[in-house]
Amino acid sequence: MNGQPFRNPSGGLIDRARPLSFTFNGRRHAGYAGDTLASALLANGVRLVARSFKYHRPRGIVGAGAEEPNALVQLREGAATEPDTRATQVELFDGLVAKSQNCWPSVGFDLGALAGLLASALPAGFYYKTFMWPASWWPTYEHHIRRIAGMGEAPRDRDPDRYDYRHAHCDVLVVGGGPAGLAAALAAGRTGARVILVDEGAALGGSLLGEQAVIDGRPALAWVEETVGALAAMPDVLLLRRATAFAYNDHDMLAIVERRFDHMASPPPFETRQRLWLVRAERVVLATGAIERPIVFAENDRPGVMLVSAARAYANRYAVRAGSRAVVFTNNDSAYGAALDLARAGIEVAAMVDVRPDGGEAARRARAAGIRVLAAHGVLAAHGGRSVEAVSVAPIDGTGRAAGRAERIDCDLVCLSGGWNPAIHLFSQSGGRARYEPAIAAFVPGTSVQAERSVGAARGSFALADALAEGLAAGATGAAEAGFGDGAVPPAPGIDRAVEAPMRPLWAVHGVGSKRAKRFVDFQNDVTAADIALAVREGYRSVEHVKRYTTLGMGTDQGKLGNIQGLAILSGLVGADIPAVGTTTFRPPYTPVAFGAIIGHATGADFDPVRRTPMYDWHVRRGAPFVNTGLWKRAQVFPRPGETVLETIGREARAVRTSVGFVDVSTLGKIDIQGGDAAELLDRLYINNWKKLAVGKARYGIMLREDGMVFDDGTTTRLAEDHFFMTTTTANAVRVMSMLEYVHQVHWPELEVHMTSVSEQWAGVAIAGPNARNVLSRLTSDIDVGNEALPYMGCAEGTVAGLPARVFRISFSGEMAYEVNVPSDYGAAIMDAIMAAGEPFDIIPYGTEALNVLRIEKGHFVVGPEADGRTTPDDLGLSGMVSKTKDFIGKRSLSRPALTDPERKQLVGLLTVDPGERIPRGAQIVEDPSHPLPCPMVGQVTSTCFSPNLGRSIALALVKRGRSRYGERLYAASPVAGRTVEVTVVHHVFIDPKGERLRV
Amino acid sequence: MLLIRCPHCGPRNQDEFAYGGDATVKRPADPASASDSEWHAYIYVRDNPRGPHEELWHHAAGCRRWIRVRRDTLSHRILATGPVHGPLAEEEGR
Repeated sequence: MNGQPFRNPSGGLIDRARPLSFTFNGRRHAGYAGDTLASALLANGVRLVARSFKYHRPRGIVGAGAEEPNALVQLREGAATEPDTRATQVELFDGLVAKSQNCWPSVGFDLGALAGLLASALPAGFYYKTFMWPASWWPTYEHHIRRIAGMGEAPRDRDPDRYDYRHAHCDVLVVGGGPAGLAAALAAGRTGARVILVDEGAALGGSLLGEQAVIDGRPALAWVEETVGALAAMPDVLLLRRATAFAYNDHDMLAIVERRFDHMASPPPFETRQRLWLVRAERVVLATGAIERPIVFAENDRPGVMLVSAARAYANRYAVRAGSRAVVFTNNDSAYGAALDLARAGIEVAAMVDVRPDGGEAARRARAAGIRVLAAHGVLAAHGGRSVEAVSVAPIDGTGRAAGRAERIDCDLVCLSGGWNPAIHLFSQSGGRARYEPAIAAFVPGTSVQAERSVGAARGSFALADALAEGLAAGATGAAEAGFGDGAVPPAPGIDRAVEAPMRPLWAVHGVGSKRAKRFVDFQNDVTAADIALAVREGYRSVEHVKRYTTLGMGTDQGKLGNIQGLAILSGLVGADIPAVGTTTFRPPYTPVAFGAIIGHATGADFDPVRRTPMYDWHVRRGAPFVNTGLWKRAQVFPRPGETVLETIGREARAVRTSVGFVDVSTLGKIDIQGGDAAELLDRLYINNWKKLAVGKARYGIMLREDGMVFDDGTTTRLAEDHFFMTTTTANAVRVMSMLEYVHQVHWPELEVHMTSVSEQWAGVAIAGPNARNVLSRLTSDIDVGNEALPYMGCAEGTVAGLPARVFRISFSGEMAYEVNVPSDYGAAIMDAIMAAGEPFDIIPYGTEALNVLRIEKGHFVVGPEADGRTTPDDLGLSGMVSKTKDFIGKRSLSRPALTDPERKQLVGLLTVDPGERIPRGAQIVEDPSHPLPCPMVGQVTSTCFSPNLGRSIALALVKRGRSRYGERLYAASPVAGRTVEVTVVHHVFIDPKGERLRV
Repeated sequence: MLLIRCPHCGPRNQDEFAYGGDATVKRPADPASASDSEWHAYIYVRDNPRGPHEELWHHAAGCRRWIRVRRDTLSHRILATGPVHGPLAEEEGR
């Protein structure tokens, strides 16, 4: 540890009673609580902090906040490491570890800097042009390019921290806790409105923290403290510190990331590291301040070249001298006050270089303070390597060209002020269009689209008095518009207003220095003035195209530092003025946001909700693995020790055909439909007729989409004249409910009918197999389960195992079967009861795998494989169900030519010529497998299994003219499986085609 | 995220709703007598206007009612909302 040689012995807003120790690039340094990593590095004399993106040039700290383009560091280690964090915004904590990015082996000696020597070979678009051929090699090229031109490293391990999010509403949301924002929050808060004030820093005050302003005759920070105290005392005002409003979304919803514990080594136990706020505001006040801009000259990226405002903030707020001997280069008055602050902090100001012929009152005051002022001068070039050592300064003309002999001035700090850009990022994201304001040579908010207003520096009002007045007015007006207060604006505090000389736009100093000297427009993306000129020579004119070709203002910079100089240089080259060139769109996020914050707690097991049937625990106890069906967890098989999965499936499917099995069918969608027009609604929905269905009877139905394609199927039971109970497939339960509501509410609101989803209210079990009746009869005394009283497609209500139950004689397996529904809470109880009652018949529970095998054997289509959104009832062999006497959803489509085409694919069964050979999933059906590619395909395999009851492989398939091909030899070809299997086309029902087993 | 005023529940976030398409398309009263091209237009042909668009939304995670919304497709402003069959109420503000 050293003694912080660039720290002044007193002053600043740091807490000298709390010294901290941190490590940068393996070296330990000291700092204080209240420091940022950047201020602490500068206090320790660490100036070289990074290597640039493309050329690996040595880079230092340029800014003091969100605008920092260079000092992007890898923060923390291991799983918690985070790339691309701005050292200027990282609050120092004890034990902080950070390192430079994009350099190897070290920031001081970086082999990648060889790229800088080859710089003339790396112009804009270099990668696009050079690595075009052969195209298939691009992934290889890209791998190596990314290694060279990478930024930080993403963590490889699971993020150890937790995140959450919160929704909030307020009447007035104020973004920015500087003078304008504090004034707005105060004026709005006094009316009783709900106010949220958001600031990215740990301390409120904004620019006042880094300057030495006076409000009401007192230091401005006293006013800040008083105002923050007043706001904190208001019950409906929420102050969010360390929180960045990074996106302005539709309808005045702003996304805010609150870095709750990033200022500590790790979050306290049980706390989240960051929180995402989604705030819907009635009115928004944007007090986001302004970002100072650099001026382009040769070698302007040397460490030690920095914004005036940054050097000033380091001096005032952190008591850090960013250098020992400074040259200040400006085109406006704001730098003069800063220069006096630097001098007070002990930095020798070697010269004020002002592009204006007359710096007015500010220049006179600087001269009076003994500072050498060079009017109508410019900095032509910086000299030095890993740190600036001197600058060349010369008289310049109005266009920025040298107009006299250059003088060399030794310095280790060059401070730049090319004017200020209002931070209009959120305004731009809100949909507002920026307007160019020539007086400050910057884009300012133009017409508003949403309920926001910009105040203070964010709208180009740089004077403190204006910021306070505008903030107070916006707060009072915003609150009044939201229904609070009368809009009266509180009196503004007293400010001495200085007479300012106008700024003079200057974007770049031209044409001096060696040809190889680089003049950077965008530090973060290594874009030079020459790159923009190249883009123009190559025909690019639109600002959006030049941006993408050169990468100007892209990445995390988002035009904070490198935007307007680029636009201005482009406008000069294409001969259009800046408003005509326009500005690019600022996109969210304003500053980078960790994925963790966006994801919140939706990770791992909490990524998606999970739906479990009432029998879930019963299945777990029997060791069933589960399969995901949508959000549902369904038992896949019930394995016995020593069985392979195939053996288990075979045993379960055989048991159902030879004795009895039972399966949890609770996931089926269930809809209760009541009303005088319930049958009419079903008639208009299903392809078959419903009005004549007797009470106590069930019927199988198919629904189409309006385009004629099969949408869903299921049985629906008439419980009373005006009461039906519909079941849907598991996958479509939600969609069918929405469709019912749609057709009722939109098409036929005159129908007297009401429907309610009861999927969660009933647990369902199917008991299937020749012994199903024997099992069920042991469980009920009040329901006659005989074939006379409860025939196929019958329904009865009563008790089963002493539980209130509905029993439906319906079957998916093709065997005699009963579906028993009991209230959900009894799901496990009914399983236990059935298991016990079935013991004499060797009953077994079966899972979704056996369920699927049984339905393939029976030739039942399912939604997905067969009803894939492209099949009609006729395609599935169900044209006999289609009513000819009524209309229903989708009927008119069935007579359209494409849907009656005889070439359509039809559902068929497939048998392998070799009974043991498996038919690959998803195989294509071809007539001639030796046909040269591309081989014509006549269909596809939709479902395939080994049938334990037939002892052979079977499959369902959709094949062109399939029903005319029974007996035909075709081939199931699967390039994925690398196999082609010879198959015979058969009818799609493999077992009991007459349906006799259902009715016994 | 849009803020949609459900005529039954009041203003709610967009993520409670499902989009339901053009509200001005009407199902032919007698589909059997509709020509192929009329039926085709009903099912497939939709305008893609720049500006006000009257559309259906389903308050799926709310009252389960389908509602009618007049939305500006360019600015995303909600101009009016109302029940499927009935007058729309003009929105002020957003």
